[in-house]
Amino acid sequence: MVLALVELCLILLGLGMIAGKEVSMGDTLFEKVWQQHVVKANDDGSVLLYIDRQLVHEVTSPQAFEGLRLASRKPWRVGASIATPDHNVPTTGLEHGITDPVARKQVEALGTNCEEFGIEEFSMGDIRQGIVHVVGPEQGKVLPGMTVVCGDSHTSTHGALGAIAMGIGTSEVEHVLATQTLIQKKPKVMRINVEGDLSQGITGKDVALFIIGKIGTAGGTGYAIEFAGSAIRALSMEGRMTLCNMTIEAGARCGMVAVDDVTINYVKGRPSSPKGDMWNKAEAAWRELHSDADAIFDAEVHLNAADITPQVTWGTSPEMVVPITGSTPAIADAKDEVQREGWSRALAYMGLKENTAMQDIHIDKVFIGSCTNARIEDFRAAAAIAKGHKIAGNVKLAMVVPGSGLVKAQAESEGLDVIFKDAGFEWREPGCSMCLAMNADRLEAGERCASTSNRNFEGRQGAGGRTHLVSPAMAAAAAIKGHFVDIRDWN
Amino acid sequence: MQAFTTLNGLVVPMDRANVDTDAIIPKQFLKSIKRTGYGPFLFDEWRYEDVGEPEMDCTNRPIRKDFVLNQTRYQGAEIMLARENFGCGSSREHAPWAILDYGVSCVIAPSFADIFYNNCFKNGILPVVLTDAEIDILFAETVAHEGYKITVDLKAQTVTTPSGQSFSFEVEDFRKHCLLNGLDDIGLTLQNGDVIHSYEAGRKTSAPWLF
Ligand code: SF4
Repeated sequence: MVLALVELCLILLGLGMIAGKEVSMGDTLFEKVWQQHVVKANDDGSVLLYIDRQLVHEVTSPQAFEGLRLASRKPWRVGASIATPDHNVPTTGLEHGITDPVARKQVEALGTNCEEFGIEEFSMGDIRQGIVHVVGPEQGKVLPGMTVVCGDSHTSTHGALGAIAMGIGTSEVEHVLATQTLIQKKPKVMRINVEGDLSQGITGKDVALFIIGKIGTAGGTGYAIEFAGSAIRALSMEGRMTLCNMTIEAGARCGMVAVDDVTINYVKGRPSSPKGDMWNKAEAAWRELHSDADAIFDAEVHLNAADITPQVTWGTSPEMVVPITGSTPAIADAKDEVQREGWSRALAYMGLKENTAMQDIHIDKVFIGSCTNARIEDFRAAAAIAKGHKIAGNVKLAMVVPGSGLVKAQAESEGLDVIFKDAGFEWREPGCSMCLAMNADRLEAGERCASTSNRNFEGRQGAGGRTHLVSPAMAAAAAIKGHFVDIRDWN
Repeated sequence: MQAFTTLNGLVVPMDRANVDTDAIIPKQFLKSIKRTGYGPFLFDEWRYEDVGEPEMDCTNRPIRKDFVLNQTRYQGAEIMLARENFGCGSSREHAPWAILDYGVSCVIAPSFADIFYNNCFKNGILPVVLTDAEIDILFAETVAHEGYKITVDLKAQTVTTPSGQSFSFEVEDFRKHCLLNGLDDIGLTLQNGDVIHSYEAGRKTSAPWLF
């Protein structure tokens, strides 16, 4: 009887709480930004969503511009878009231009399309040119609270600034160019809380890989993810960009971090950031861009920062990831037939046996770059490791590729290029480079690479190439030792 | 855009989970500035023994005989049966373009990656989500019976097997409407031009730094 009373009280308490939340339920960060951009709600639950900023690059835009031309349409608001070539640009010998005729045609098409339609472009040779996801925030073209799209799945990067940023296909690129809107259905919202302090040497990249290892590459499908908790707040803006960049590898199109001082300080003074009185107004509005304390999420994940160690992928999907102290899995441990198949195929492709310690894996090449890790902080971290060392004899090529011309200039002004070159790294021109190997930078079949990029799919860095995803410091340490090492032991 | 209404077609089984867009169409083919011509390069690395290059003639390339698309019994397939998280990875619309150009206009899987799913509808491809159990039945029957054809009816939202077993699927009304009628949604959106203009006018006052 007593028990029953207690239970009843608990039930009532529970109901009361739920009812209370329903009445005064706060908004999530995602909902706040979303609601500000709804142009019109459609009957079927989708909305016409206004897009503040579109980033354009050469690979996913030519067919969109062609579509506009065929339908005699003009961009709705040319000032909303900026363009830069990145995927196809060479990272050496720029004075010769692009030698691959097919790639050259595509980069030239971007130039002529931008000229024809009046879109601002940072073309090759402009110091502001670079990987579109590095360039946007660097120029202040992406601001907190914006809706940002690009024909590229790693548009999720920009959510680090408290924006709704997502990758779209070419038909949608055309739709945004023509109408400044997208027809969208609101995704569910998941909050991933990482509480506590990250250990020394643990970066946004390790947090991203750790999360993907936990929730899987489809764990975020159908969701927008907000990253929260003290460990996330302690990340720099660049670390947050790395984390949001890889949201798509967890299946979510969009990852976000609430606006705080870190965000405001990053945005302030950028070429296209608001100035003077406009800045004050904007800052006041941006300060509201956080989830309310009583906001309810469709799903929540709680992780402990202290559990996050340096991460290395062993297979052909970002979820095939282990701590540096770990090993490749034993096939017998797979949870079902699909995973067993996946693991066997991945081990075979990667040329690895079961139960191989990650630190025993030797590498042929190193790539430090990509929209995940080609910002100044990434290079500072890698250079701190490389300083005073030489790359190992078994490493055929170690390359550092800046995310933009401005990152390159900054690194050079700090002498990082000299540190890298002295250690035997190649110091290249900005672009996507060996992240996806559309230009001449690629792995040969069977070559193994420590890479700071975001995808380790079969053939991603070159047909038959084997990719292990790591942080910049881990990549630099692997270059020096010739195999993977635990960055926490580095001195 | 080509409309999709009903399709009675041969099924090809792609029995792998997490098939990514790099596998569907490798990056070297993304250099093209066209929407068509990607069919011969669909699953290029899995399909051929050599490395494909854009615009090359594929008729005499050495093929990997064990790869499912190369098996005689699946030639002419119009429906692809797949496993979970199909189309994960990049946003490249070249993936659905390649699938369509190859001749497949319906992909059936237990789940799809979001961007790929979206891109399908923009190109006249119907992505159908069925349960794991239903997918397992279709895989088993496809492999067991050469020439296995099923009927996909978008209007009725059903997939029907030769034995008459029928599975229903969900699809959003707006997407269904556009696909059934082959409608270009830019034209539809532009009918709301006034609403977009007045939204912009409001935002220019409330958030002028965006303009
Ligand atoms: S760096 Fe890599 S992931 Fe980023 S935009 Fe370029 S190709 Fe895509």
